[in-house]
Order: sequence, then C-alpha cells, then structure tokens
Amino acid sequence: MTIPEQAGAAETSADPAPGESLLKVTGLIKHFPITKGLLKRQVGAVKAVDGLDFDVRSGETLGVVGESGCGKSTMGRLITRLLEPSGGKVEFEGRDITHLGTGAMRPMRRDVQMIFQDPYSSLNPRHTVGAIVSAPFKLQGVRPEGGVKKEVQRLLEVVGLNPEHYNRYPHEFSGGQRQRIGIARALALKPKLVVADEPVSALDVSIQAQVVNLLDDLQAELGLTYVIIAHDLSVIRHVSDRIAVMYLGKIVELTDRKSLYETPMHPYTKALLSAVPVPDPRRKKERERILLQGDVPSPISPPAGCRFHTRCWKATEVCKTKEPPLLALRTGHQVACHHPENASDIRLPSGSADQAPGA
Amino acid sequence: MTDPLSRTGATVGEPVATTSAPPTAFLEVRDLRVHFPTDDGLVKSVDGLSFQLEKGKTLGIVGESGSGKSVTSLGILGLHTTGQYGRQKARISGEIWLDGEELLSADPDRVRKLRGREMAMIFQDPLSALHPYFTIGKQIVEAYRVHHDVDKKTARKRAIEMLDRVGIPQPDKRVDSYPHEFSGGMRQRAMIAMALVNNPELLIADEPTTALDVTVQAQILDLIRDLQKEFGSAVIIITHDLGVVAELADDILVMYGGRCVERGSAEKVFYEPRHPYTWGLLGSMPRIDKEQTDRLIPVEGAPPSLINIPSGCAFNPRCPYADVPKGGITRTERPELREVAGGHFSACHMSPEDRQRIWTEQIAPKL
Repeated sequence: MTIPEQAGAAETSADPAPGESLLKVTGLIKHFPITKGLLKRQVGAVKAVDGLDFDVRSGETLGVVGESGCGKSTMGRLITRLLEPSGGKVEFEGRDITHLGTGAMRPMRRDVQMIFQDPYSSLNPRHTVGAIVSAPFKLQGVRPEGGVKKEVQRLLEVVGLNPEHYNRYPHEFSGGQRQRIGIARALALKPKLVVADEPVSALDVSIQAQVVNLLDDLQAELGLTYVIIAHDLSVIRHVSDRIAVMYLGKIVELTDRKSLYETPMHPYTKALLSAVPVPDPRRKKERERILLQGDVPSPISPPAGCRFHTRCWKATEVCKTKEPPLLALRTGHQVACHHPENASDIRLPSGSADQAPGA
Repeated sequence: MTDPLSRTGATVGEPVATTSAPPTAFLEVRDLRVHFPTDDGLVKSVDGLSFQLEKGKTLGIVGESGSGKSVTSLGILGLHTTGQYGRQKARISGEIWLDGEELLSADPDRVRKLRGREMAMIFQDPLSALHPYFTIGKQIVEAYRVHHDVDKKTARKRAIEMLDRVGIPQPDKRVDSYPHEFSGGMRQRAMIAMALVNNPELLIADEPTTALDVTVQAQILDLIRDLQKEFGSAVIIITHDLGVVAELADDILVMYGGRCVERGSAEKVFYEPRHPYTWGLLGSMPRIDKEQTDRLIPVEGAPPSLINIPSGCAFNPRCPYADVPKGGITRTERPELREVAGGHFSACHMSPEDRQRIWTEQIAPKL
C-alpha cells in the first residue's frame, strides 16, 4: 500500500464552474483484510473496490449502477471518506482528501453529504426530527441566520414536510417521509456534493417517484452535484447525466446516459440492460434477452484478466490473461473490454483483440 | 371496534355466506375478506376481493406495500386460519374454490393435504424460508414424502431430479448442501424446486425476485415461465414491479387498500387502464426503455391506514380526479368493480367516457 503524498493543502475556495471536475478519483482501492486465528494473521482480502478512475463534474448527476457485491456502496463510502482507502487518491475541489484525519476532514464534511438507503436505520429513533436535522449545525458550529429552529423548519418545508412536525419522532413518519428527513439533514449545510446510496430502493413505486422528483427539484434549485448509487437501472436512467457501471470492484463502462442505454459497449452492460423486465407486455416478444450464466465470482479471488470473462459469451484467450483498461473508445464513452459491442467502426488499440466484432 | 368474540377465537368473523354453486374456473376467489383484530382496531387487509384463474394462466397481483397482496396469497393457502397454539388470528370470510372444492369451509386437515401438493408457494426471501439447520435435499425430500408414500431413496432421487430441473449445477452433490452454502439465486432455485416437487396445480409466487439482482431475476423469471409451460399449472405472481408482471402475467389485478381497483388482461391494464391509481402507478415508474426527460408523475400523499380506510373510494384522498363530477355520487359511496369492456373491470365513480377521455388526452401522452 502506498500513501500518496499530501498534496499542498492549498484552500481552493473558488467554486468550480459547472462542468468542471468537483471530485476526482484516481486508482481508488479498498481491500478489506480477512484475518484468521489468534494473531489475526491476514490470509486474504475482499477486493471490494479495486482501482477506480472517474471524476464527478460540478452540477451533474453521476449514476453508479451494478449488482450486489460490485463495490458501489464501498465506493460511496470511500469518496465521502467514511472509509479509509487502501490506495489511490480522492481529490475534492483539487484538494487531496485521501488520508485526511477526522479533524482535518471536518470542514470538508460541510461540502460532502450523504443520503442513506434505509430510512429506518439512518435516523436515531430517540431524537426528534428537529434534533436530527439540526445536528449538522451543532457539529459544525454553524449558526444559521434567524436561528437553528427557523432554519430547520425551512428545510423541512423545502423537502415537503410540515414544519410543525419539528418535535415529532421518526417512528411517526412513513418511509417516504423519513427519507425526506434524511434529505433535509443532508442539505442543512448547503453541501456541494451529495452522495446518495440507494436513496429510493426501500420505497414504494408511487413514493419513489415523489422522492426522485424532490431530488431533481433540489438539484435545480440549489445547484447540487449528485453521485447516486443504485441497482435499479430504470431509476438510474431517469436521474443520471452520466453513468458508471461497476462489476466486481471495477468500472467496466462510463458514459453519458443516452450512449449507455442506446449503444452500450460492454457486454456486461448489454446483458444487464437486457435483463431488466420492461413494463410493456407488447414488447416482451421482440426483445432479445441475454441470460448470463452463473453468479458473480467472489471478490476475494476475482478472475484473472477481464473479471467478466467467466460469464461473458464473447470471451476469448486474451480476456483470460490480459485485463482490459478503461479506455475512451468514443468521445466521452469509456469502456474496459477487449471485444466491445456496438463498435464496428472502432479500431481497438493494438494488444487488445485482433478484430472488433460488430454489434 | 373489536369484536370480543374474535379474541376468544370462537368465531371466524362474519358468518360464511351460504355457499353458492361451484364455479367453472380452476381457482375462483369470491368476496375474500381477511381482517385482523388488533389493539388499535380492526385491520382490514383484504376487504372483498374476487377473481378467477384458469390452469396454464398467470395472474399478476400488483400493489404497494400494505395493499393486501401477500395476505391474499396466504389466505388462499389457508395459512391465516390458525395462529400459534391454535388461536384464531385472522377473521376470514368469502369463498375460495380450488378445482371445484371450497377451501375456507373445508376441514383444516383436508387443506393441509392440498397445501404443498395441489397448491404451493414461493416466498420472497429464500434465506428465511429455508431452514438453516437442514440440507436442501432433506427439506425437499420431506416436502415430497409428506404427500407421497415413498422410501427415502426414491424421494432423494426425486429431489436431485428437481434440483437439476431448476438449473442447479451438480445436483447430486448440491443436494447435501446447506442453504448458507448457496448464493441468493441458487437458494431461490432450490425453493422453487421444493415448491414444484409435488407438481402443484396452483403456484403462488410472492415477490419471487425482489431480493435478487437483475441478471439473476431474469434467470428466475425464465425458469418460472418454462416450468409453467411444462407443468401447465396456474400461477399467481405477486409483485410491486410492473416490469415483472408485464413479463409474466396474462391477467393483472391491481390492489389498493385491500381491494381490487382494476382487473383485466395485461394488454388492457397496460394500454387502456381505467383507474386513476393504475395511471398513477404507470406514471410514477421510471422507464428503462425510453429516454425520458420529464418529471415522473407521482401519486401524491401516502397509502391509507388499513384500520381507517376511507369510507368511500379508498383512493379518493390521493386521487387527482376526485373533483370530476360523478353524477351525484357522494364521496362516502364505495365504487363497485364494474366491467368497462369484456373481462376488464375497474372500480371508479367516474363515467367510463370521462376516464377514457382523461387517459387518452392527459395521461397516455405523458407516459
């Protein structure tokens, strides 16, 4: 494990203009050690996140999608620094935050907030809504204009809750309302980046739509940047500007929404999209579905070469030995594959596949 | 509010209506009501539900949490009638006809014989539905031997055959594995094998793929479809995912607040829905198959409490069309399920013409 040097902690106070990189991640790695015996000898590691490179641009929504165990939630916790990365670099507004300590992170926390999946376990049942939403002010020593109570009530109103419910407890609210409380808490300090880990997956369809719309409105009003982590490809399509598809700790494809859903290039993305049941009975017959065999391999000992080769119908010898790098095969369309789909017009860099099969 | 008799377990709620003529359909549910007395009041989980299902057909029951989908399925299997220590937990009334036999008034022993053999269930969470202490094989063998008088060896052979059929690799080895040694998808396959080991005529799948990843979900949905073709059974699939019902169901029943608000062929419910709640479901669903830049159209508000269901239409407080004139019908009047077209029913006070107009002019263009 290498510890990158602490880059000059120059305060870059100027906000990045929309479209500029707000968060930059290079070679991000998180291995959870597996220990055994009395001496806690390390016998292996769960390679939850194994080399991620991406950036989040100011004002955009980056969707991160993948199946369970692909490392998407670990990624979310690494970029918010709730977990300590094992390697790589996380830069926020040009400042290296990879290994900042708790104290040094505190001022950053104002700018990076998180919305959690489970609205039941992410709110303290013994605190009132007022206490929950005002906690960020207390922790950061911020005195909002007009007093904490007034600000909290304003926030509750912003997320569509009744400000008079200030003194109620979380159990008095429904799932959708609780998720709104979590959102109000995340917005309290006017963050720049909000990382939402499965923000709507615990909610019913009709309530899910309310929360998705709320996130949309808040982004437009407050100029927020989102990283939304979800397993639901329909939700991701609706909310994201750009999307990263993860498989076994790696990004396999990263591009804008339109290209990803209309011309996916990684076979895994294609299989994933084809597997989603479409709410349109007339079209079920014309759809070609790619059924992947077997299950996702264990992240303790991921397959050599391309991690997807064990389940890929296009895999050849090169896939078993050589790991495909994440390359921009088209402008703004990064793919990590030796045999990309929808790529008949593209010449792959040498050393990769000898020919690129057509779509 | 609570009927004192129900506490003692001496009654099955409202008296069972005089049993009417046996139906022609393979499964027919008539006016099913499942009520649970609680300290807070009577929870009317299912409040007057009727439907039919033929062999070889799939019925999709759609609704949000608390709409009564799962309670209906447990009711059909007769799993509500007796609680722990034989206490009466639920008050059930109505009729459930399976292959010409009424189940609610039948002897519990008779229902137990049918359960597992004629009707079986696939549960949502295979980890909690499978016993962690016994091997997969042992659990399937037991399910088979309860209904078939065979020795262990024959039953084991049958278990291996079923595991093979549901696509578990090396079934002769995996039959001796414990549930924790299986992945989520494999456990779900094992549970399907267990449900199908007796070739049931009716299979109820309650959110069979909700706990699974999308690629595994696709495998399981394919498996259910193939097995249905092979065995010709009637299938009820309960889900909140409209994609799953579009994929599998011939008919769709939309539930809200313990009642059916719309029922019809998949084609009708998806392309000519006639209930504002169905419109709401379709509008609030983000689409995978379309580039969509508009906002979603959510159903405002929250589902009703089942203790205090609005006296009229349960959807009224959330309905955007509550103010459309309905020819003198008051809000406290409950809309009955009426046929709007052949085999397509909906429970709404608005006139069919109004609904058709709203759907084609206001809703459909936005989807």
